[in-house]
Amino acid sequence: MTTATEAVGDRPAPPPEDLDRPRPSGPRPWRSRLYRWDVRYSPYAFVAPFFLFFSAFGVFPLLYTGWASLHRVELATPDQLEWVGLHNYARLLGDDFFWNALRNTFTIGVLSTVPQLLMALGLAHLLHYRLRAAAFWRVALLTPYATSVAAATLVFVLLYGRDYGMVNWALGAVGVGPVDWQNSTWSAQLAVSSIVIWRWTGYNALIYLAAMQAVPAELYESAALDGASRAQQFRYVTVPALRQTILFTVVVSTIGATQLFGEPLLFGGAGGQKGGASHQFQTLGLYLYEQGWFNFHLGRASAVAWTMFLILLLIGAVNLLIARGLRKSR
Amino acid sequence: MTTTTGRPPAGRVPDPARAPAPGRRPRSPAGRLRAGPVTYAVLALFTAGSLFPLVWTAVTASRDNARLARTPPPFRFGDRLLTNLGTAWGEAHMGLALFNTVLVAGAVALGTVVFSTTAGFAFAKLRFRFRTALLLTTVGTMMVPPQLSVVPLFMVVAELHWTDQLQSVVLPTLVSAFGVFFMRQYLVEALPTELVEAARVDGASSLRVLWHVVFPVARPAMAVLGMLSFVQAWNDFFWPVIALTQENPTVQVALTGLGRGYVPDQAVIMAGALLGTLPLLLAFTLFGRQIVGGIMQGAVKG
Repeated sequence: MTTATEAVGDRPAPPPEDLDRPRPSGPRPWRSRLYRWDVRYSPYAFVAPFFLFFSAFGVFPLLYTGWASLHRVELATPDQLEWVGLHNYARLLGDDFFWNALRNTFTIGVLSTVPQLLMALGLAHLLHYRLRAAAFWRVALLTPYATSVAAATLVFVLLYGRDYGMVNWALGAVGVGPVDWQNSTWSAQLAVSSIVIWRWTGYNALIYLAAMQAVPAELYESAALDGASRAQQFRYVTVPALRQTILFTVVVSTIGATQLFGEPLLFGGAGGQKGGASHQFQTLGLYLYEQGWFNFHLGRASAVAWTMFLILLLIGAVNLLIARGLRKSR
Repeated sequence: MTTTTGRPPAGRVPDPARAPAPGRRPRSPAGRLRAGPVTYAVLALFTAGSLFPLVWTAVTASRDNARLARTPPPFRFGDRLLTNLGTAWGEAHMGLALFNTVLVAGAVALGTVVFSTTAGFAFAKLRFRFRTALLLTTVGTMMVPPQLSVVPLFMVVAELHWTDQLQSVVLPTLVSAFGVFFMRQYLVEALPTELVEAARVDGASSLRVLWHVVFPVARPAMAVLGMLSFVQAWNDFFWPVIALTQENPTVQVALTGLGRGYVPDQAVIMAGALLGTLPLLLAFTLFGRQIVGGIMQGAVKG
C-alpha cells in the first residue's frame, strides 16, 4: 500500500506543451527528462486513486474494526475508546442471541443458496438451447436483479401477509390452512430465503450460461456420437466443465448469505432489527446492527463484524482446499 | 453504442456490449440443440415468476388501502395510481430520494469507471514495480464485504459531521476492485500494445495516451461497467441505511422508512416501491442486452 501513497507526489504529469516557457538551453533535455519521468511514474498515478480510496475506505476501516472490537465504544461518543481487551468477544460467546443469529444465518443461507443455484443451473441449461428471442428471456430473468432489496422485500411482505396475502389465499384455495409466515421460525426463514432466491436466480443463471458457452462444442458432439442423451450430456459434460464456476458462485452466494441484512430487516417491519418477535429470523448482520445502533455499543458491533470476517476467512480457506482438490482430480 | 469507429481494426476484440447477441455468434454446423416446447414452457414459467412481483407492485400501488385488506387480493389495476404516487412522492420524501439517488449513483458510476479504467490500463499494459502484487491485492479484496468496515466508517462520518450528507455514501463506494479487474481483463485483449508504444514513440504524454488511445478503445467496456455500477449504487442498502436518515434519504433509505411504518398506508408503500424501481426497470428495457452482456463477460473473465 505504501507504493501507492508515495506515487501521489509525482502524480499529474503535465503535458509537455506547458513547459515550453523556460528554455535556456532548448527544450530537448527538459522534454526528454520529463518524458522519462512520465513513463516511469505515470503507472503509479494511474493506480493511485483506486488504492487511495481503497485504503481509506476498505483496508483502514477493516483493521480499525478489529481495534475497536477490543474497546468499549458508545454510539453517542464514537471517538472515546476504553480498552476492555477481549471482553466484547466473551460477551458475544455468552449471548444466546448471538448463537441464535449464527444458526439463523446458516439455515437461511442454506435455504436460499441451494435451491437458487440448482434452479440457476437448470435455467442456464435451458437458455443454452437455440432459442427464439434469446435476449428477451435473458433480460426478463435478470429483472429481479434490478429490483432493490427494499422494493422486493416490501412486495414480498404483502404477498406473505397472514390475513390478506396472496400466498395464503392461494394455499387456501387448495385447502391448506393460513400460514403465519412472519411468526413461526421455519416459515419466516423460508419466506426470507424466497426473496433472496427471487432476486439472484436469474443472475446466477447468466453466469452459468456464460460458462456453458465457453465449453467446446466438440465435447457435446462426441458425447452425442457416443449416444449420450441430453440429460446425460448435461450430467457428464456440462456439470464437470462448470465445476470452477459453480465453486465461484457458491463462494459468492455464501458471502452474500453471511451478510444477509436488508431482507430480514424489512421483513420484520417496525422493530425489524430484532428479526421477528422471538428473533426467529435475526441474522448476524441484523445482530450487528442491533448491537451497534439500537443497544448503542459500537465496540460489540465491531466484535460481531470481526467474527463475521473470521467466518469468511474460514470459508475462503475451505474453498481454496476444495479448489485445489478439484484441480488435482482433473 | 455508436462509438465503434474509434476502435482499432482488430477483428478479435471482444465487445461486452455485443458479445451475447445471439444472432451474431458464429455457430458450428452441429450447433446447439434447438429448444423444444417444454423448454419454452419452463422458461415462460420462470419469467412469469420473475416479473409477477413487479407487476403486482404496480397493481397494489393503483388500489386504495382498504382494498388490500380483503380477500381475494386484487389482480387488476385500480384507478388510484397517480394519487398514491403523489402521496409517496410528497409524504415519504420519494421525490428528494430519487434526486439524491440519481446524484449518488451517477457520481459512483463515474468515479468507478474513470478510476477503474486508469488502473485497469496500468495493470494491463504498463510496466511498474509491484504490479503483480498490487493486482493480486486488488483481486483478493474483491471478496471482502463492506459490512465489516461499517463501524469505523460511521465513526469517521460522525466525526466529520457528515451524517445525513450524500458524500458519506458516495466516497466509500467511489472505487471498486471488481471494476479495476474488469477493465484490466478487457484492455489486455482489446488494446494492442503496439498502439500504446506507437503513441509513446510519437512523444505523447501519459495523459494523452489515456485520452486519445485508451479511452476510445475502452469505451464499450466503460459503458457496461458504468451501468453495472449505477445499478449497484442505486440498490446499495446497508451503509446508506446507517449513514443517512429520513430527512435526506436515498431511495433505499426512504423505502426502509416506508417498510418500518413511516407511512401506514400499504398502497402508498407499494407506490413508493414502484417509484424507486421504475427508473432501473426503464434502464433495463433500454440497455438490458448490454447489462446481460456485461454480467456474462465479467463471469467468464472472473
